Amino acid sequence: MTTTTRPPAPTLPSVPRPRPLARLRDRFNLQVLVVGGAMVVVGYLAVVPVGFLLHDTFIGSRSELSFRAFGRAYGAGSQAGTMMLNSLAFAFGSAAFALVVGATLAYLQVRTDIPFKGLLFAASLVPLIVPGILYAAAWIFLGDPSIGLVNTLVFKPVLGASPVNVYSLWGMIWVQGLHLAPVAFLLMTSAFRGMDPSLEESAAMSGASRRTVLRRVTLPLLRPALVSAALLMFVQSLESFEVPGLLGLQNGIYVFTSRIYFVLRAFPADYGSAGAYAVGLLVIAAAGVLLSSWLQRRGGHATVTGKAFRPQQIELGRARPWVGAGVVLYFAVTVVLPVGVLVYASLLRSYAQPSLKALRGMSLHNYGEVLRLPIAVTALKNSVLLGVGAATVVMFLAAVVSWAVVRTRIPGRRLLDLLAFTPIVIPGLVLGLALSFVYLRVPLPIYGTLGILLISYCTRYLPYGMRYASTAMTQMSKELEESATVFGASWWQTFRRILVPLASSGLVAGWIYILVVSFRELSSTILLYSPGTEVLSVLIWEQFENGQLTTLAAIGVLMVALLVVLVLVAHRLGARFGLQSDSSR
Amino acid sequence: MLTVNNLVKSYGGAGRGRRRGGRAAQEPAPPRPADGARVFAVGGVSFEVQDGELFTLLGPSGCGKTTTLRSVAGLERPDGGTIALSERVLFDAARGVDVPANRRELGMVFQSYAIWPHMTVARNVSFPLDILPSSRRPAKDEIGRRVRRMLEVTELGSYADRAATKLSGGQQQRLALARALVIQPELMLLDEPLSNLDAKLRESMRFELKRLQRELGLTAIYVTHDQSEALVMSSRIAVMNEGRVEQIGKPRDVYTRPATRFVAEFIGTSNFLEGVVASAGGGEVCVDTADGRLVCRGATAPPAVGSPVLLSVRPEALSLATDPHPDAVNQWSGEVMNRAFMGDAVDHVVRVGALEIRIRCHPTQSLEPGTRVHLAADPDKVTLVPTA
Repeated sequence: MTTTTRPPAPTLPSVPRPRPLARLRDRFNLQVLVVGGAMVVVGYLAVVPVGFLLHDTFIGSRSELSFRAFGRAYGAGSQAGTMMLNSLAFAFGSAAFALVVGATLAYLQVRTDIPFKGLLFAASLVPLIVPGILYAAAWIFLGDPSIGLVNTLVFKPVLGASPVNVYSLWGMIWVQGLHLAPVAFLLMTSAFRGMDPSLEESAAMSGASRRTVLRRVTLPLLRPALVSAALLMFVQSLESFEVPGLLGLQNGIYVFTSRIYFVLRAFPADYGSAGAYAVGLLVIAAAGVLLSSWLQRRGGHATVTGKAFRPQQIELGRARPWVGAGVVLYFAVTVVLPVGVLVYASLLRSYAQPSLKALRGMSLHNYGEVLRLPIAVTALKNSVLLGVGAATVVMFLAAVVSWAVVRTRIPGRRLLDLLAFTPIVIPGLVLGLALSFVYLRVPLPIYGTLGILLISYCTRYLPYGMRYASTAMTQMSKELEESATVFGASWWQTFRRILVPLASSGLVAGWIYILVVSFRELSSTILLYSPGTEVLSVLIWEQFENGQLTTLAAIGVLMVALLVVLVLVAHRLGARFGLQSDSSR
Repeated sequence: MLTVNNLVKSYGGAGRGRRRGGRAAQEPAPPRPADGARVFAVGGVSFEVQDGELFTLLGPSGCGKTTTLRSVAGLERPDGGTIALSERVLFDAARGVDVPANRRELGMVFQSYAIWPHMTVARNVSFPLDILPSSRRPAKDEIGRRVRRMLEVTELGSYADRAATKLSGGQQQRLALARALVIQPELMLLDEPLSNLDAKLRESMRFELKRLQRELGLTAIYVTHDQSEALVMSSRIAVMNEGRVEQIGKPRDVYTRPATRFVAEFIGTSNFLEGVVASAGGGEVCVDTADGRLVCRGATAPPAVGSPVLLSVRPEALSLATDPHPDAVNQWSGEVMNRAFMGDAVDHVVRVGALEIRIRCHPTQSLEPGTRVHLAADPDKVTLVPTA
């Protein structure tokens, strides 16, 4: 052997060029078809409604640019100023309230030895299990000036007056804030867990008291997380229709969403001003979401990491029983009272204050009534169909799209990622309006069918599905797929036999999440449903409008029961699939 | 037999890479613009792998060895060159041939093993057979038989129905091997298969892998950055640097007769001396260095008289004594600067003129710093390294 061997250029055996047809087939294989198809669908879902909304608002049918609709919506005599102030006050108040409650509870949960930690976790599931519309309805039973239990049982006997009025801005903030607090709790819990405790310990070692540490170290470090959580909740409150719809319309306290609903329900419906309000809401919501994600990206200053720490827990000492009592009180107010009052009301033929007579008259009559209601069966069937359909379509789309984004170098994948996340800035009511613009004009037989609701749900929940799917994809080692390819698996075989099973925990969790949130969707449905396509949340809304409060309560209890089962199943599945999610290395 | 000819892959050709982000793209690109402004991950690599050979691509990280292997696998799309396995052309840039990875019918062991955690041990091994189109898929019991045989060969027979994630690191490594072997591939690709094991296990797996490769008569390409692993296991080694092959040869030749300064530095340690050829002939080359004349033997192509050359002398090829050798050809004298006890040897650093020369001695020989010493080198162990 010589020291250097540079092999001679070998002559290659000649092979015929592949035939054009085979090359065409190679290029337009299943992968390209599926990914390309997903791109088209995502683009269609994300772009078309907003395009129609802008077109119809600014240009309208006269095909010239005009701001006439804006003049009607925001001009003199429209009371748009009050409406916007209400909106901001409602959103800001709810966000601040939710954040203070949620962050305090999160701090207690992660950093102290408070008792009843399980109760706080159970309370954090409330927004998933009790839809906003039911929560607002429950607080009507509790906080109505004449029949509300808080007034009749607590304040009237003690003060001789009924000071609590849930049909006010403060009432709306209270209900919305309580409903959002668990979201703030979960966000802040993970922020507290992700913070290196040695940062605080070193401050304590330098002689700082516990309060100084909290004020000078902990809170400044958590500021990015706090601000981004606050913005998220601000946007969610701004987009909420349930609370302003149930509690605000009564006394004419309008916010953006209820105003849109109002001008559309008036006769003749003013689509132009609805569009103008929708555009205004869209701009504020989009600004909030963008600001929040920008802060998240910029503000992480590497101290709040993804790693979970197990910090030393502060012993509360003598304060412990008092804090424990506070936790129990919180649980009672946010969970036991609202759900309890719904159960109570559902057992009465007509609503009455708790008394011996009322207790004696309790029966399952309302439940029987609900089950006999033909529209209830339709609504349940529609809700299930839409939930399962939307969850399946979204998770399939999200799996394909996030695979393309995470694993390929397909040109335009960044844009695809962006498109799939766009719907997150579109409030539900705005989407509903935009979709009705689209399908009232496009000659497709979709308007007034379940199809338009399916499109709306898929659009709304695509970003959530993407979050689940792309987390699952990024956690998975790329070599697991590559090895399947080397061993002869085609793209579809790899996708079906390796990728989907390995990502299944994330995909199943996302699927159930979307199923659950579909059940409570009201804000886009309210503008898009028609007779025959009612869903459960619409059924509840209609009972409210007809003043059938006890029937509403019965439907609500059934719905909560259904959601509890779904969420429990989700937890069990999560535990089963979660085992394998990170064991690939 | 695998033939790779003039394989080229440049960085930043992102748009052309087929469906996967190549790992090479994540490694820092060596700042070495060749061919104008393009920077190559692989810049014209050619080699042949004979049947039954274990052929190693050895080099530091970022040298292009993994990109080369992934190009052979079909996971990376090169910009130019050809890859052919026996009569089958797998890739030919000029003619637009690019057989997809899943039709190349190769076996591969990945660095992370890439054991599918949602399958049992047996299902992992049977996967390559399970997914064959029904026309080519063996019967069910035939698949079972072949899987069992593979598991026995890799000593995993009793683990067949276990969850793959319940195996230890070494067992996972053997499972990855069993899976790669089950389709009896014409060529095996091994991407740093031992780098995730702890030091002890790594040592024993070297021999284990080598045994399997010999017993089954495998043809394999092995990628590693570990020079001792490469020396122990390989039939032949291709030492790569900055996207090019520096030398291809048997382990002994690469070690004792490095073709370039890079090879001499990368494999083992070496002392380098610059000089000018004084005379050449009769298998001997005399070189004048700043510290005297050195003779080396065994150079294949003696350079012209007067040309500048580089000499490489391994530390263990030098001997150290307090008195001059009476009949040694290559001798210097110097002063011990430093020494280090290594357990199985004592390393001395000796200053000779302006040079510091490292000498590896028997552990019984240990000289105080400051001692005047004489060095001698066997002419057979002094290597001429081409400088161009």
